[in-house]
Amino acid sequence: MSALDAGWTPPPRSLGGRLGDLFWRRPGLLVALMLLPPVLWLGIVYIGSLLTLLLQSFYSLDEFSGLVVPEFTLATYAELLRPSNFDIILRTVIMAALVTVASAIIAFPIAYVAARYARGKWKALFYLGIMLPLWSSYLVKVYAWKLILAKEGILTWLFAKLHIAWLLDAILAIPGIGGNSLSVSYIGTFLVFVYIWLPYMILPTQAALERVPVNLIDASSDLGGTPAMTFRKVILPLAFPGIVAGSIFTFSLTLGDYIIPQIVGTSRLFIGQAVYTQQGTAGNIPLAAAFTVVPIVIMGIYLTVAKRLGAFDAL
Amino acid sequence: MSTSAVSLRAVSRHFGSVKALDAVDLDIAEGEFFAMLGPSGSGKTTCLRLIAGFEQPTSGHIEIFGERVEGVPPYRRSVNTVFQDYALFPHMNVIENVAYSLMLRKVPKAERLKTAEAALELVQLGGYGDRRPGQLSGGQRQRVALARAIVNKPKVLLLDEPLGALDLKLRENMQEELKSLQKRLGITFVFVTHDQGEALSMADRVAVFSEGRIRQVGTPEDIYQRPDTPFVADFVGSSNVLPPALVERLAGIRRYASLRPEAIRLGGEARLSGIVVARSYLGPVTRLAIEAEGLKLHAVVPSGADLPGEGDTVGVGFDSAALHLMGTEP
Repeated sequence: MSALDAGWTPPPRSLGGRLGDLFWRRPGLLVALMLLPPVLWLGIVYIGSLLTLLLQSFYSLDEFSGLVVPEFTLATYAELLRPSNFDIILRTVIMAALVTVASAIIAFPIAYVAARYARGKWKALFYLGIMLPLWSSYLVKVYAWKLILAKEGILTWLFAKLHIAWLLDAILAIPGIGGNSLSVSYIGTFLVFVYIWLPYMILPTQAALERVPVNLIDASSDLGGTPAMTFRKVILPLAFPGIVAGSIFTFSLTLGDYIIPQIVGTSRLFIGQAVYTQQGTAGNIPLAAAFTVVPIVIMGIYLTVAKRLGAFDAL
Repeated sequence: MSTSAVSLRAVSRHFGSVKALDAVDLDIAEGEFFAMLGPSGSGKTTCLRLIAGFEQPTSGHIEIFGERVEGVPPYRRSVNTVFQDYALFPHMNVIENVAYSLMLRKVPKAERLKTAEAALELVQLGGYGDRRPGQLSGGQRQRVALARAIVNKPKVLLLDEPLGALDLKLRENMQEELKSLQKRLGITFVFVTHDQGEALSMADRVAVFSEGRIRQVGTPEDIYQRPDTPFVADFVGSSNVLPPALVERLAGIRRYASLRPEAIRLGGEARLSGIVVARSYLGPVTRLAIEAEGLKLHAVVPSGADLPGEGDTVGVGFDSAALHLMGTEP
């Protein structure tokens, strides 16, 4: 007689076990239970507020009383097209686009090395390096950058030490994007945006590159592909969905941010700041709402174009 | 003798302290259908990857048609590979996959599509060009991988476990097709397999790998009938390996010997006596495991009504000529 001869015993019929039986018989029930909280949140709190916002944007502000007139009008949207407001939109979209492109260019080699060469301890170190900045306060980082970029900051000092202060001066002298110092120029805003959002580009790109099977790279090489050709024809197309995913983060985060341009940059507004002032100081809720709709529409267009480009084919 | 298609001279590939390939010498003739056979981890795939150029030898040198190729990247070698899991590009359709090497060589589009279509027809997939690899069955993907590898007419075609993922029926069909394809193209085929049946039935010559070394190179018949070592006898032919002490008693010489399962006769003039411990019916033949002299001998005998059952004592007979003598090393 061995220990195996005891025969088959059923698992205990505890409460958990009976609950398990119920879910096993009705798998839909479990799915429904798990979906209920997020659906309530998304459906009522999020979509609901969004619709209210949309509704607000079709109202207008009475210039004299300062009260919102709850009557349907497109006047607020027309206001968006006024040069002073339209400039804000244009400025924000151009900045978001540049930040996205720069992030993608900087992120790719980092993601590539991490995905293809880093193993074990080095991979852990990579994740730590990418995530570490995300653990510290966003405000601290932005203020730190303000100091770095300031006229008396370390960057000016470094340029002087390297005897290339003239280069910094030349950069700052570029009309439009230059300024008194980096911390009060568009270049400064751009640099900080790129720094702050870079992890959001690196991580999806790295994940996408990791999913490119090594033997596809071998196959391309075997069939006569030089490293450059293999990169263009195999690696890049297969990593593209990851880059697009990253760009959705960097683009939309830049579109909506109102703190970075307020701390580092010129006094000219970005969309986020416009929303902030319109709904706060100015009390113009309809215009603030209309401004908020802009990034949503732009992201909608952006995703449509990305889909057309086949960015989601490999998902 | 003309130059070999592929030759390896004292080639080693070490990964840290692991000797994946250890001082291997090998010559593969032009137009040959050559098999590299061995269990997993025996070094056969490393050998293939060295020829393809995905790995570099730690020492020794490799020649392809007389040219030294150490330090030559894969994309500059006139060698193409059919990968074990096919490695088809998922973002391209079938014809783009097949035409890939032609596209890289800037062959005009119309011409490369024509050549690729011809290659697809050669593997009986004409008209499948528009499909995505994901829409094909395993067997079809295998054919696309084959078409992609031969479209640029390499001098040597390497196949890494090409039939490993296919089911039995498909595998048998593909074996015949590969064989006839090789004859028609006249390209040197080098294929890696762990399936001895596949190696014996397809190859002109076979190299048996074990623990990073080649144990024997020869025709399938050589390898099967006249193994050099107990390992080859056991791995290739599932032969019974008799230890030197027993062989000394049976044949008067202290060496290892192999005895093919089908050479064993039951009854008649018995040379050993044993007990049947297992019996499996394989259709026309029945396979018996017989315990004798502390060994487990396998015998394959014609199926019939008068076979002994488990637990029966039997006499084991064989012709002296069936006892193939090998070395004294295990």
